[in-house]
Amino acid sequence: MKFFDAQTFSRLKEGLAKTRDVLVTKVNRLVTAGSKVDKQFLDALEEILIGADVGVEMTSEIISNIQQRVKDERYENQDELQRIIASEISKAFTHSVSERNSSDNGQLADPLFIPHDVKPYVIMIVGVNGVGKTTTIGKLAYNYKQAGKDVVIGAADTFRAAANEQLEIWAERAGVKIIQQLQGSDPAAVAFDTIQSAQSRGADVVIIDTAGRLHTKSNLMEELKKIKRVMDKSLSGAPHEVLLVIDASTGQNGIQQARQFHSAVGITGIAVTKLDGTAKGGIVLSISKLLNIPVRYVGVGEQIDDLQPFSAEAFTAALFQGNVHVERQSP
Amino acid sequence: MFETLTQKLEAALKRLRGEGRISEANIAESLREVRRVLLDADVNYKVVKDFIDTVQQKSLGQEVISSLSPGQLIIKIIHDELVALMGSEKSDIALSSSPPSVILIAGLQGSGKTTFSAKLARLLKAKGRSPLLVAADVYRPAAIDQLEVLGKQIEVPVFVNRKDSALTIAENSIVHARLNARDTVIIDTAGRLHVDEEMMQEIEKVKKSVQPHEILFVVDAMTGQDAVNTAKAFHDRLNFDGVVLTKLDGDARGGAALSIRSVVQKPIKFIGTGEKMDALEPFYPDRMASRILGMGDIVTLVEKAQETFDKEKAQKLEQKIRKAQFTLEDFYDQLQEIKKMGSLSQMISMIPGASRLGNLNDVDEKELKYVEAIIQSMTIEERQHPAIVNGSRRKRIATGSGTSVQEVNKLLKQFFEMQKMMKNIGKGKNFNRMLTQRFH
Repeated sequence: MKFFDAQTFSRLKEGLAKTRDVLVTKVNRLVTAGSKVDKQFLDALEEILIGADVGVEMTSEIISNIQQRVKDERYENQDELQRIIASEISKAFTHSVSERNSSDNGQLADPLFIPHDVKPYVIMIVGVNGVGKTTTIGKLAYNYKQAGKDVVIGAADTFRAAANEQLEIWAERAGVKIIQQLQGSDPAAVAFDTIQSAQSRGADVVIIDTAGRLHTKSNLMEELKKIKRVMDKSLSGAPHEVLLVIDASTGQNGIQQARQFHSAVGITGIAVTKLDGTAKGGIVLSISKLLNIPVRYVGVGEQIDDLQPFSAEAFTAALFQGNVHVERQSP
Repeated sequence: MFETLTQKLEAALKRLRGEGRISEANIAESLREVRRVLLDADVNYKVVKDFIDTVQQKSLGQEVISSLSPGQLIIKIIHDELVALMGSEKSDIALSSSPPSVILIAGLQGSGKTTFSAKLARLLKAKGRSPLLVAADVYRPAAIDQLEVLGKQIEVPVFVNRKDSALTIAENSIVHARLNARDTVIIDTAGRLHVDEEMMQEIEKVKKSVQPHEILFVVDAMTGQDAVNTAKAFHDRLNFDGVVLTKLDGDARGGAALSIRSVVQKPIKFIGTGEKMDALEPFYPDRMASRILGMGDIVTLVEKAQETFDKEKAQKLEQKIRKAQFTLEDFYDQLQEIKKMGSLSQMISMIPGASRLGNLNDVDEKELKYVEAIIQSMTIEERQHPAIVNGSRRKRIATGSGTSVQEVNKLLKQFFEMQKMMKNIGKGKNFNRMLTQRFH
């Protein structure tokens, strides 16, 4: 399945070209101001990267790589220096481009790709409290629905007050079916029922919401494991995707979050939310490298169509940008 | 809470502790590590820079060089600087003398405003006030329902109007509070991005119209470098009075607390430490700084204990400890008291030096249930004289409690060790060691 049609694709490409320009200008300013790679220049670069939550370790790594390349390649002009910097930063993401769905030009992955032989394709959504799991599910469901898929949502956040109601509204907006039980019921049972129901109606995609939980609460992480085990019992191989949702404003704690969730349920992809603010989400650089898992989506607003496929290039560009994060194209 | 920062600072300072004298070189090295620790803890880049400069200047001054224990002095300087950064004393929220007092809650999406609003209402109610919660988040699906559910839980009325704008709801709620003799109005607003001009204007209008006595900015403790930008933007628009730091029950290092404080110069007034309605604590800057430096937060622990511990029982227990007559039955009673105080890991995090014991979040509350079950399966005689528990008794207890003989053995062994330590305390030895070893 190709989710993005040709038109969307070209729009995204245009958007990327635009952000590339911004990157060039911003680094250009840096280069012109410093005129050579001296301590001042590197300090400024460090401030940009750390200020974007890239983290001390990752930042040192990137900077020493740049230093090395500058030394080896003896850049001739600013253009070359810019190229070196940009490529070193986006290189950190190369690990993260998903193999199963990279598109022809190798630049843009299709994060909504679904294998033909898996039906229903089950996606489990996990993350700490308040990162935007439910909103992301609404957007995902909408996108799949728009692509002609039959989608069922499972409301397995049975803990938080009014979580059911919130998801119900999103399901309604997306025009998809939702399976839910009363608040306080067993989340694993909800997940089980959802998959059963999806199977019997021949649905294409199942999205299971889970309650937000801090990764340090071992009992809640056990619960998450159980939900996953039960899903596999309901349909062997499920869930096919475990998506970790990370708030773009998250600092270095994001690494712990990712580690703990990964060791509990095996994360297969990341979604970064709230990138429409001034937060840069640099922490996903470290996460995606550490766990070798791809960043699949970015959330850039509260509207149902504000979910975009991740692009390492646009993301890198945005690190150097003032406000707007991902270029948004109006049709 | 703040544990990782504490651990790392301790590691960075260990070298200094061993040094006889401070040289410019070894300070520089330690400060580089402190810098890294603070950056890893999400303290803002510029704030860290200023902080390190200040500490360096003060450390190289006369006082340090003349001192006999330079390591301690550096820790003191860092500690004092941290306290200064976070505000030197705790501050309460402002309540008006003529009711109703109006409290406006603002912040980004997902920071925990709704949960905090309900927790605050519960706290004020417990202090004898009659709060009214106001559901002014008209955007997020089911936000109003969420507040209604929480209001029911804590038995505080919630002002709801599903048709009007946030501004009208806020205005009407004040009238409603007057008519219904509610003396404190807590307005829960929608999460908004500081760059969303329309939404920022909305909350400005609400502020102008209801004239809150207190505006609180709610921020997630896991926030990174951007905390400074958002706090500053909200502060420019609302001139808020205080900050609420949420989700501190995780392992986030909470550097945002330092950054925000130093950028907007407004105190942190509360911290959220769990999803339960009573997981709200006042913020004590000096205690927090002590905690960061691994000195623990013994004052909070003692206060908590005082709140819940039955005084008489505590006195009896103390006597028993002194006379080394501590039995499994006392241990069981004590467990029940501890359970009243809050989560175990939360309590442990307040114990001095506990950060050095490794990841405390691993303390499994479930294990306590096993311990309880084992003790419950003992006869009174066995509880009072654990020494009589022989092999066949162990087997019976294991079966009775649904555990294994190994687990019974483990508990008994730990108990005997504890008894030994209690004896030491009775003789006035190393209280700290007892506290930190008890759970391991």
